[in-house]
Amino acid sequence: MTPLAKLLEAALFAAPRPISLDALAALDAEASPAAVSAALDELREHYDVDGHGVELVEQGGGWQILTRAEFAEAIERAQVAVRPQRLSAAALETLAIVAYRQPIGRAEIEEIRGVAVGSVLKSLHERGLIDIVGRSEGIGRPLLYGTTPQFLEQFALRHLEELPRADELAIALRGAGNATVVPE
Amino acid sequence: MIAPNFRTVEAAGPSFVVELSQFTGPLDLLLSLIRDEQVDIYDIPIARIAEQFLARISTLGLDEAADYLEMAARLLRIKAQMLLPRADGEEAWEDPRAELVRRLLEYQQMREVVDLLEHRGEERRHQFARRFVPASVDITPINAPLALALGDLLAAVDRVLRTSKEPTLHEVVPRALDVAGAMTTIRSVIAMRRHCRWSDLVSADAEPWQVLSVLLALLEMAKLGELHIAQRQPFASVEIRRDAVSEAA
Repeated sequence: MTPLAKLLEAALFAAPRPISLDALAALDAEASPAAVSAALDELREHYDVDGHGVELVEQGGGWQILTRAEFAEAIERAQVAVRPQRLSAAALETLAIVAYRQPIGRAEIEEIRGVAVGSVLKSLHERGLIDIVGRSEGIGRPLLYGTTPQFLEQFALRHLEELPRADELAIALRGAGNATVVPE
Repeated sequence: MIAPNFRTVEAAGPSFVVELSQFTGPLDLLLSLIRDEQVDIYDIPIARIAEQFLARISTLGLDEAADYLEMAARLLRIKAQMLLPRADGEEAWEDPRAELVRRLLEYQQMREVVDLLEHRGEERRHQFARRFVPASVDITPINAPLALALGDLLAAVDRVLRTSKEPTLHEVVPRALDVAGAMTTIRSVIAMRRHCRWSDLVSADAEPWQVLSVLLALLEMAKLGELHIAQRQPFASVEIRRDAVSEAA
């Protein structure tokens, strides 16, 4: 490996969270962004080609070294690490709405889900998946929520744009007016 | 409006009893009914769906029921609107189901995103990152060689001592008896008067150490044979007189 690839490996190994490209580039003032990208490719190949227990993953707005999924059970059995808890269906629904409509207030989420979401928002906030990003101009200036980098990391997303656009989803929203209406 | 429906629902039998906790909300339940009935979402048979919806929520506890009841009311209103007669060729007629369909589609789209997030989240849960906890303070490893000048060490000791609290000391003051002084006084008294009394030697306002000094001086002088101490009867005044022996000497 090139010295730069080794340097990146050391930094990524020591980091608890994904490191952004900018932060990686700052490790070596003389390295160009292109050189850093090349070194990242080199490191990723190193893990993939030689066969390693870890791999280089781009997610959560940066790069991160993670153990390979195939070893998850063995690692967990040995009590080295514990998988994070799954989110409830209600929490996932709320999170999905925040991810797509952010910044969004509680009332709008409740309008879409048809249920009260106060406690769900609280627990998502406590888990660091959403954060308060501002206040609406509306009556009472309600809080507006958005997703966090932690959200990207936990759902293996590089950035928010990686979520499919609304019109790419299988159920594209058609105006209800387009529906052929046959009265009962 | 709802109560009569509840009654028909109960009469419909136990086949309608459904665990509602499996649904995340009224829209979820509604979609599930539409799926089960295999009806077109754009052409929902409102009367049938509304009845089934009420059947399912009849098993709900009141705490959870509010959101579902609101939807039930909405369904029944739409049902009523659908039943209203309308004039042929009325162009401005708006399907009362339109808003509900819009909401259902929006909700369904969101469910699609949930599936996607669930899938990606599940995959990510199988990968672990290093759990690095940055040290809060710089701690030199214990096995590293000590690099320390004597001056530094002394300064450190000084610092520790400075910060430590001043120890509390109890000073024991030696009792200041002046036996020799008392003996001199007694000698000068009996030199002039040959005999005297205790009250002649100790003034009324004498301090304890003075009283003790005189007492010890008297005992000492008696032992040396310089004077003689006598008390004629209990509690009588002590008489002190020059000893004949010392007088002779």
